[in-house]
Parts: sequence; structure tokens; C-alpha cells
Amino acid sequence: MQQHKKRLVVIGNGMAGARTVEEILARDGAENYQITMFGDEPYGNYNRILLSNVLNGSQDASEIFINPMEWYRENCINLHAGVRAVHINREECIVTGSDGTVEEYDRLIIATGSSPFVPPIQNMYTEEGCLRHGAFVFRTLDDCTRIAGHAVKCTRAVVIGGGLLGLEAARGLLNYGAQVTVVHNMPHIMNAQLDSEGAGVLQQTLERMGISFRLNAVTSRILGEDAVTGLEFDDASKIPCEMVVISAGIRPNTQLAKEAGLVVERGIVVDDSMRSVNDDAVYVVGECAQHRGQVYGLVAPIWDQAVTLADHITGKNLFAAYTGSKTAVKLKVMGVDLASMGVTHPAENDEVVVYSQPKKGIYKKLIIRDNQLAGAILLGDSSRAASLIQLFDRGTQLPEEREQMLFNIGSSANGASIQSTMLEMEDDTQVCNCSGVNKGTLRKCALSGIKTVKGVMEATRAGMGCGSCRPLVKEIVEWACEGQMDEDPSVHYYVPGVPLSKTDLVMNVKNMGLKSVSSVFNALANGIEDPGSKPGLASLLKTIWGGEYEDERDARFINDRVHANIQNNGTFSVVPRIYGGVTSPQQLHKIAEVAEKYDVPMVKITGGQRIDLLGIKKEDLPKVWKDLGMPSGHAYAKTFRTCKTCVGTDFCRYGLGDSTALGIKIEERFQGLESPAKLKLATAGCPRNCSEAMVKDVGAVAIEGGRWEIYVGGAAGAHVRKGDLLCTLNSHDEVLQMMGRFMQYYRENAKYLERTYGFVERIGIEKIRSVVVFNSEGTAERLDAAMQASVDAYKDPWLEAVEPHTPNQFAVSLPAGGIL
Amino acid sequence: MITHHNKMMYIASIEAIPSGEGRVFMVDETPIAVFHGRSGRVYATQANCPHKEGPLADGIVGGSVLICPLHGWKFNLESGEGPDCRITTYPVTVDSDGRILLEIAR
Repeated sequence: MQQHKKRLVVIGNGMAGARTVEEILARDGAENYQITMFGDEPYGNYNRILLSNVLNGSQDASEIFINPMEWYRENCINLHAGVRAVHINREECIVTGSDGTVEEYDRLIIATGSSPFVPPIQNMYTEEGCLRHGAFVFRTLDDCTRIAGHAVKCTRAVVIGGGLLGLEAARGLLNYGAQVTVVHNMPHIMNAQLDSEGAGVLQQTLERMGISFRLNAVTSRILGEDAVTGLEFDDASKIPCEMVVISAGIRPNTQLAKEAGLVVERGIVVDDSMRSVNDDAVYVVGECAQHRGQVYGLVAPIWDQAVTLADHITGKNLFAAYTGSKTAVKLKVMGVDLASMGVTHPAENDEVVVYSQPKKGIYKKLIIRDNQLAGAILLGDSSRAASLIQLFDRGTQLPEEREQMLFNIGSSANGASIQSTMLEMEDDTQVCNCSGVNKGTLRKCALSGIKTVKGVMEATRAGMGCGSCRPLVKEIVEWACEGQMDEDPSVHYYVPGVPLSKTDLVMNVKNMGLKSVSSVFNALANGIEDPGSKPGLASLLKTIWGGEYEDERDARFINDRVHANIQNNGTFSVVPRIYGGVTSPQQLHKIAEVAEKYDVPMVKITGGQRIDLLGIKKEDLPKVWKDLGMPSGHAYAKTFRTCKTCVGTDFCRYGLGDSTALGIKIEERFQGLESPAKLKLATAGCPRNCSEAMVKDVGAVAIEGGRWEIYVGGAAGAHVRKGDLLCTLNSHDEVLQMMGRFMQYYRENAKYLERTYGFVERIGIEKIRSVVVFNSEGTAERLDAAMQASVDAYKDPWLEAVEPHTPNQFAVSLPAGGIL
Repeated sequence: MITHHNKMMYIASIEAIPSGEGRVFMVDETPIAVFHGRSGRVYATQANCPHKEGPLADGIVGGSVLICPLHGWKFNLESGEGPDCRITTYPVTVDSDGRILLEIAR
């Protein structure tokens, strides 16, 4: 087999070269290729980004290796460590190394990276062509060792270059006790990532740490002969120093490719499959590659290039295409958080949002073009970086409340969200208060390779309780994956087990006449029955087909099979319907009798103004209903539940409208109505709002003048939200009609289990108002008719007390038949 | 897999359990949850969830997956495998007369 393998030679063992080889191995590339690598440095492969940590002493050199020498052996890679490739013969497909090694190739990957750019400065080099003693570039592990060795002997050091790497070098030197000056030839530092205001804020922060700056300064000459003694600038001014570190940018290493006749501009020019434009056998990746006019110096785009290259070269996907990257960086400059993406300066007509607090070192700026993020700078607080990078990458339409993008404002009712940044949040901070899952568990789960919010939620059970922490869980997963989330198509499905959006599902169900849950699985999910999808489908089919729906009881949650709410010990609670919360002595007598007869362990007034009999055995349910002689209160189902009322004009001295009568009418009309999630309503007789109508799914509040304000999308449970004012109406009948029309619109358009607070925010109150109140889509009549049909189809489920619907419907347990 | 060295216990007619649902049967004072899958297959497991004792027979079944009614823990009805835990499963079958037969160790 060995001799049939093709030969793959990789020139360059830096981050791009090694990552590409890893990607190739991950695609079983070793089965088809014998891999040989040339590496200029005598080591395995290390993380160049962490070199500044080695320089400042926070990490040891041994800690930054990605692939040690054993990795190459284990993967049967022939590594020429410390051997520079000096010649490529494309006619004969041969690469020659600096030690005379000759390697033939079938495919070649060039990943030669880049070199430090040394600006033309007099007296920089010795007669032998070496950098003068005390002058250094900062690019490799060896440079790092040399700089550290010299820095301990110095009191004054200068860094030429105020870019990211230069500032990191300056920070490193500070740790050796030297006075450090950064010399930069531009008006402000980090000009690639920052505007002048942001750079000013950063510079002040760095000056407080002890670094001096000289801006707009062009170095003309190194002073000193045997060793560096100072610098002279083009205005003839001088500063003394014993060492100078040059960090003035990088230049792609293209000489080898140029000599081999490959097309080279700024970098080696490649097509979308990362192949040289004039040699199909040669691929190029990393800082030396020029793709669609761009040369990238950041890690993320290079990782993307490596994936495309590996897909293509291994034949896993011959249509793999790299189409360029939008560059976004998130990093620490001398311990200061910085995220920067896109443009740093606005064009004409761009919208700019800026928040600046220089004394705290905080500067935030958004540049918005056509309601998309064209650029952003976050300095000193990058807690929103992950979500901004995602908005930027995907070109998402931005929220109207721009401040939401810059700050963590009330994104959930969960106390943990008050934590200002993901980085500051301790690993042991509890995020999910239902399942007791902390941030560290979520982070580790995401890093273990589960890169979807749903996957992390299922694995940790975070967010599977009340759900109020889900936005925060999402943020943590995004942050942990650095925005590199896997696509989870099921988030767009109505239920996870049927790969269709709600609109497409409804269309298919109607066209194909699918009237039962099992027929939907058979027709639309390859016959695979997903238990978690059954109740959602049952709810939808009932809404679509009404009386024609073929009810399969196994698709229902237990509550809907026995018409009562299951409790933690397997018993059930019984809540009879008490319209509007208005009861009578006779009704109370009856309830008391039943409670005594069945020895009910707890009788309780609910939050919805009802009476709850708790701890009823399943087998007693039908008897309890029959004895009560009252209809079901539906306190267990995804339906219309209750309408709370206040006493309104009957007795209250402030009452403006008859809220009690209205509440009873509402409840009589809409009782038991199936909906995507529960519906809790209220009516209030005046704006004092004692029945809390403004925080209900739908609420009516009486105002002076005999009018009613209708609020929708309110919540005061796991999520707290004041409802939006939909409209103001003149009579009980108008209220009943408008509430019905809104609820029908919600039933038809909400996702399963999406409460009205989420629905109203997702659709937008203006849109809902235009459809429901102003009939902008001409659907009002149809919505009203559909609601009327559902109201007409209502049947009290407790009538099953007389005639059970399925065998042993209410049996707690059955005796087994016996030994055969 | 049913072997014939052990006792076969007649549980009930398959009609005692509606298609797609579960019921609890008392077997020598031990409650056992028996499920009647829509495919026609039957499964038998311990009656209560190892998490918080939820009544598994009241759960939702799809294929060979069961979801506990209390907190949504998922179990494989064939292997018993669940989130970081396992429920006991029992060999069970339906004979040609529609009788559910459970195998119990002698």
C-alpha cells in the first residue's frame, strides 16, 4: 500500500502549515498521502500568538507548543526540522532543503508565512549584515529568548512600532524592569484596529502602566557602534536606550514562490480552492497567500483557509471554496480587552454610536450601515464582543435599541446576567437556577465540541426548566466557541423531529390531509417517531383541523391524557372552572364536601384566583370530577387557562368598568382553547390594575370614558414583561372580538411553547396591530371565523369521567395476570 | 431475548395498554412499567425514574425512546440508557394471541 500513496510536501511548519496538516489528517488524508514537512525552526509547531506571554514571563516556552515532535512521529509525518526549503523545481516536482535534502512531490503546500519588516534605518546593521548588538526583531521563539536575555541588562528600551505586536513586546519588556518607550510613525497607536479617540483612551491606560509614547516619529538612525546607545529621529531629536525591538509590521515570504515562477503580487496569488492560480499541484495557505486581493495576518481566516484546502486536497469536497473572511479580532493588549471588527471610520451617511469613559479605559463604538454592523470597537470591556462578531459576520439586521449591543441590559430575569462580562463571570456562577448548572460546566461542554446551544442545553440540562436563562446560556456558548457555532437547523423547525418550519409544516399538513400525529411522522419524517415532537404536533393538528383532528392520545402529555396536572409524587391536582374567579356559597360547600370525601391533602387558592385540590390519586380523578359537577379549569394544559378579575364597578369605589362581568364572558367564550402555550388573561376595572392585567398574555384595563385598553404580551412568571398596548375599545363585545382575533393570530403564527411575550417581541407590536386592529392583510374576518369555529368545538374534557376514552385511562397500576 | 429457562409471566392482553402508551403492572408486589409502542413492540422497565421517582408509565414514547413526565429525562427503552444513569429493563414479548409475557428469573 505504502508505494501507492501520493507524496505531499509542506513548506512551512508554522501555525498555518501545521493546522492544514491537522485538517488533512482529520479527513483521513494519511491514507492517500505520505506527508513531508520543512520547518525553518528546529522545533515542533508552536502558537506564535502566545509568544508575547513567553516574553512577559506569564507562560513558559514549553507551554505554547501545539504539536511536539512526537506528534509528527505518531502521524508518520517526515519533518525536516530546522531545514529551510531553498528551491522549488516545478518541472520535476522537487523541493530542495538548505541541508541538501531533496523531496519529490505530487502535491505541494506552501505555508511560508511572513517575516518582520525592518524599515530603512541608518546604522541598523553591522558590516557583517547582522542586526546591531541590542537591536532585535520579534517574531520567533528564538527572538523571544534573545530579547529576554538582553532585557535583564537594560534600563531603557525602545519598541519601534505601535501595532498590536509592538505593544505586546513593550508590555513584556516592562516586566524586566526597563523604562519602555513606544515609537510609532502614525498619529495614533494600533491604527489598523482603532480610531484616534479609541487609541487615545488606550494610550492613557498604557501610560498609567508606565509606558511612554512618541507618535508621528520616524526613526532615522540607530546610535552606537559596538552596541545600541540610542535612536535619532528625522527631526534630529534623540533618545538614549540600550535596546531596540523592531515590530513594524510583517511582509509575506514569497521569494521562494517567485523564483519558482508562481504568480506573486503582495502574496502568492490563489484561487478559491487555495491553489496557486498557475499551478494546480501547488496549494498556498496562511500569511503568504493572497486571496481575492487580500492577505490575512489573523488566525481565524487562516483556519478557514486550512479547512477549504484540506477538503479540496483530500477530495472530501472538490467544490470547497474559501470566499474570504470578514476580519474581526478579540484580544488583550497588555491585559486590556479589545475587540475590533470591520471599518474603523464611518463613511458618509453611516450611523455612529459611541460610548466613552476614558478614566475607566472604556471606549465603545459602532458603525452602522444600512442597519447592519459595518464596524465596531470595544475597548476595556469586550463582554459584548461575541455577539457583535456574530452580528458582523452574518450581516444581521440590528435591533433598534442600539444600546443593547453595547451593554448587558436586562437580557433575562436571571440575576447572573448582571455580571458585566463573560470573562469576569466566575466558573462557579450558577447560570441555570432550575437545574443548578454553572458557567464553567457550560463552557467546558461547549469546548468539548458540542457547539450548538441546543446540544449544550441537552447535555447539561441548563435552560430545560423555566427557560429564563436561555439567552444567557446562548451568550456563554457563543463566547466559549468564540462565535464559531455549528449550524443547528432544528432551531428553525416547528418541532425538532420534523424538518420543516411552521409555515411549511402547516402547508404540507393541509395539502396532504394529515390529520393524526402518526401520519405526520410517516409522511414527513421518514416514519421516525420523535417523542419530544408529539405534543407540539398534536397541538398544531388540533388547531388546523378542529373537529376533524384524529386524536391519538399517546401524542399527548400525561396532563392532557387525564385532564389534570401531574405533581412531584405522581398524584394530580384538580382545579375546577370558576368563571372570572367569582364563586358562591353553594359551590364552596360542594368543593369542601369533595375535599373531605377524598381526603385531599391540600386545598389551595391559586395565583389565578382558583381553588386547587392537590394530591388526588389518578384513579380518583373521574369520581372527583363527577362529584364536583363543575367543568375543567384547564390548569394543566397548553390552552386558555383563566381570566383573573377585580371587583370592578360592582363594589369597588374606584371602578370605572365592569371588569367582573367582562372576565366571566371572556372565560365562558375561550375556556379550554388549545394554543401554542398557556394563555393567562385578566381584566382590571381601573388603571390601578389590581388583577395585574398589564402583565398577562392578554389583558383589558378599564379607563375613564367607558373604554377598555387591551394589553398583549405581558408576563410575570419566569420572564417579566409589561404588555404592549394593542388598542383601546368601547365595549365588552369589541373586547371579546379583538382578544379572540389576537389569540387566533397568535395560535396560527407562534412556535410551539412560545408564550405571547416572546411572540409579541418577535413579530413586533406594530405588525400585530396592523394585522389584527387595522386588518392590513384583509384577514380579520377569517381570523374571527376560525376563532368562532374553535369556540364552537369546545367540549369539557371532564365529561370523560362518565366514559373513559382509552383502556385503563385512570389506572395507577393493574394486577399482572399470573404465571403461565 | 427470551430464553425458556426462566419463568414466563402473563401480564395482560395487549389491549389493556393503548397503542403508544404505558401502564404499570404489579408483578409479585413490584411495580413494572409496560409500554406498547406504536410499532407493536412492547417494552418493560422499572416503574419510577431514577431522577425524582417520576412515574415512567405516564411518559411519552416515540420509537424506543421514553421521556419522563416530570422533568423530561430521556431513556432508551431497549437498553435502559439515560442521562448518566440506566433504568432496569425486563425481557418482554407479545405472543400470537396478543398476550404480553414477561420473563422473570427463577
